[in-house]
Amino acid sequence: MTTLTTAPAGPSTRAGTPPRRRGGPRPWLYLLPSAAVLVPLLGYPVYMLGLLSVFDYRQAQVSGGEPTRFIGLANYAALAGDGRFWSVLGQTVAFAAALVVATLAVGAALAVVLTRAARVPRLLLSLAAMAAWAAPAVTGSTVWMFLFDADLGLVNQVLGLDGFNWFYDKWVAFGIVGATVVWHSFPFVMVTLYAGIQAIPASVLEAAALDGASAWHAFWRVMVPMLRPLITIVVIQSIIWDFKIFTQVYVMTSGGGIAGQNTVLNVYAYQTAFGSSEYGLGSAIGVVMTLILLAVTLLYLRALYRGGEKL
Amino acid sequence: MNRSRVVASTIAVIATVVTLFPVYWMVLSAFKPPGEIQSLEVRPWTLHPTLDHFRRVLGGENFARYFLNSLAVALTVVVLSAVVAFLAAVAVTRFRFRFRTTVLIMFLIAQMVPVEALTIPLFFLVRDLGAVVPAVGLNTLGSLVLVHLAFSLPFAIWMMRGFVAAVPEALEEAATIDGASRAVVLWRVMFPLVAPGLVATSVFSFITAWNDFIFARTFIISAKDHQTLPAALLVFFKPDENDWGGIMAASTLMTVPVLVFFVAVQRRLVAGLGGSVKD
Repeated sequence: MTTLTTAPAGPSTRAGTPPRRRGGPRPWLYLLPSAAVLVPLLGYPVYMLGLLSVFDYRQAQVSGGEPTRFIGLANYAALAGDGRFWSVLGQTVAFAAALVVATLAVGAALAVVLTRAARVPRLLLSLAAMAAWAAPAVTGSTVWMFLFDADLGLVNQVLGLDGFNWFYDKWVAFGIVGATVVWHSFPFVMVTLYAGIQAIPASVLEAAALDGASAWHAFWRVMVPMLRPLITIVVIQSIIWDFKIFTQVYVMTSGGGIAGQNTVLNVYAYQTAFGSSEYGLGSAIGVVMTLILLAVTLLYLRALYRGGEKL
Repeated sequence: MNRSRVVASTIAVIATVVTLFPVYWMVLSAFKPPGEIQSLEVRPWTLHPTLDHFRRVLGGENFARYFLNSLAVALTVVVLSAVVAFLAAVAVTRFRFRFRTTVLIMFLIAQMVPVEALTIPLFFLVRDLGAVVPAVGLNTLGSLVLVHLAFSLPFAIWMMRGFVAAVPEALEEAATIDGASRAVVLWRVMFPLVAPGLVATSVFSFITAWNDFIFARTFIISAKDHQTLPAALLVFFKPDENDWGGIMAASTLMTVPVLVFFVAVQRRLVAGLGGSVKD
């Protein structure tokens, strides 16, 4: 929940008014502090990530004083020939896809519920969602781990499953981690879509009702088409978050689960670099991830433009 | 009250209970006496609340120190990013210049960079930087401030942009006509006017820094005193048996500050979202 990119879209639409002044060097002066932070700490590391990925860079080079060696695309070739990389990539995509679908389903359903519920339940649900939204990924993970703990967890005690380990089976473990992630991320979808539904003129929905549309039809035939730009943004934002999931997996499965069965791409890159000291190879995984996210980002930009956002 | 309203209200209440339950369980377990946590007869309440876990967490494990470290990092990031983002937001909303759209798109793309993948180059960058400027090298809180400033800035600028644009330009013109210098207009007229926006933006910067797990884990290797909360939380996970009371008390201490901040700006956040679909 650290990068809520659509959240500021609200006030920013007013930014669409064209700026008036020509300031000569002044705007650049105002941009200077940002550049001083972002160029060395964000731009340069991205460049360095790419650079590291084409070098043979391991423990021997980092602390052993051995010369770093340019090896071209050998790291990428190693990845392409590594069955484990492909299986991790595959399960990352599958896991992210499941998360996006689940988050959207829960968030959209509750957004509709919010529009129909009485005032007090609506307020309660908004506040509860805020709490889940605000909870740090680490503490959310620890609480869910405790709930599903084999010996002292509430779930096992209620279900009478003495000592059942939820993190033993790969897919069950993914399920618990996934539930935690959805718990963290559905509020964003719910609040965004709720605000969107609120912005639909009441007359439109009344007209639909007068024409005999059921609630189900009104949702699919009227609300969804009207909210399409917003839904696109929410979907792409969710893809970006869920694809680079790290903390929940790392904390809840202690770094990737039994024999690394729950590893996702981000964790794999981290473990390759800092666990196995294969910094070059880890960077190559990072580059693959960055490229995939960049492609999604371009889709996002297009959606923003189509949504009428003026930059 | 018609039927659909009752159904919707019921679902809303059930969803509230389910959503809040983990938070409730965390706080409850933090206050439960150790005997009740170990007990196999689990109860969703406690008649003997105790501060034992909090005392142990704050006393024994140096947790108070980690808490202050996290707070220091987050607040420094908030202040720096507010000032820097404000200036950048003024530049992109109040002026027309070449590459303005390009600059904006760069800020947007910067938000998408998979931060976790950058731990690898940033680790070496911070290590090398530490050789020149020891205050921001590995094992320092300064290194965490720097990376979180960089990661919260693109979003902060994006968000501030809207708030700056909402300030009527007539106010600045009036001040200029009255003889105010550019610096006075900027810091005495505009800066106070965007204060509400700064608060909302600051909360996100605060959360970015406060919630960080991966950088604290990667950069703070040997200097135990410079550890921050998220990584320190893992101290309570023991190979033989996890100290759940301690973990829950520590988690509670870590969650409460963000919760307070978040609820404080909740209304502004929802109001802001509402505007995004009106045109």
